[in-house]
Amino acid sequence: MPIRIQTEDFDVARELAALRAGKLSVGAVVAFIGTVRDINEDSRIATMTLEHYPGMTEKALAAIVDAAKARWDIVDAVVIHRIGALAPADQIVLVGVAGAHRGEAFAACEFIIDYLKTRAPFWKKEDTSAGARWVEARATDDEAAARWRSPREPAA
Amino acid sequence: MRDAATTATVNLVYLARLREAFGVASERIDVPPAVTTVAALREWLAARGGAWANELAPGRPVRFAVNHDLAAPDAPVGPGDEVALFPPVTGG
Repeated sequence: MPIRIQTEDFDVARELAALRAGKLSVGAVVAFIGTVRDINEDSRIATMTLEHYPGMTEKALAAIVDAAKARWDIVDAVVIHRIGALAPADQIVLVGVAGAHRGEAFAACEFIIDYLKTRAPFWKKEDTSAGARWVEARATDDEAAARWRSPREPAA
Repeated sequence: MRDAATTATVNLVYLARLREAFGVASERIDVPPAVTTVAALREWLAARGGAWANELAPGRPVRFAVNHDLAAPDAPVGPGDEVALFPPVTGG
């Protein structure tokens, strides 16, 4: 269950190959790759800086992947999230899930990215044509994460 | 919970927009005996006024973590705890 926070870019093909290497029960690999858009809320983005909370971020991501493993029958997962300065088209995040079948792998991958976006301590600051600004959290992200909540589980 | 007469030394960490608004990344500070929960800590810090009052006003979306776990308003705060304050997260 590799979880990495790094400034450098990542190679999706290599990471997904490593995820399933030697695991012959794997029949499906699903990946989500988040990238930097050039336009956000009508402003052109020159660069973006990603900050995190060392210590908590790793713990939060491990808890999210553990929750996915408890809920779906998957073989393994990888999460890589970049920090520091990024430019439009750069890769930000990779969530890869390997499972025996695609249904569980798709669901677990979507769950992990939805929870990452609402529970893992990362923040984006954009340098735009209208000046620097911290990105505001989106209600749609909370709604996406809430879809996965069981009736007994309290809100984050 | 500690008894009603004891202060507690806690480490406060401010992240992202809150760090910029407060002009400080972290501080080690003694909190008064009455400050035993996240909610009480928020109220106590807001009483500093200025950016503190503004950012921590009731209804402003501020998240807390105690020792690296997200913490609800009624979560306990005790001696030696690392308490982080930050805006809703925007990664991914």
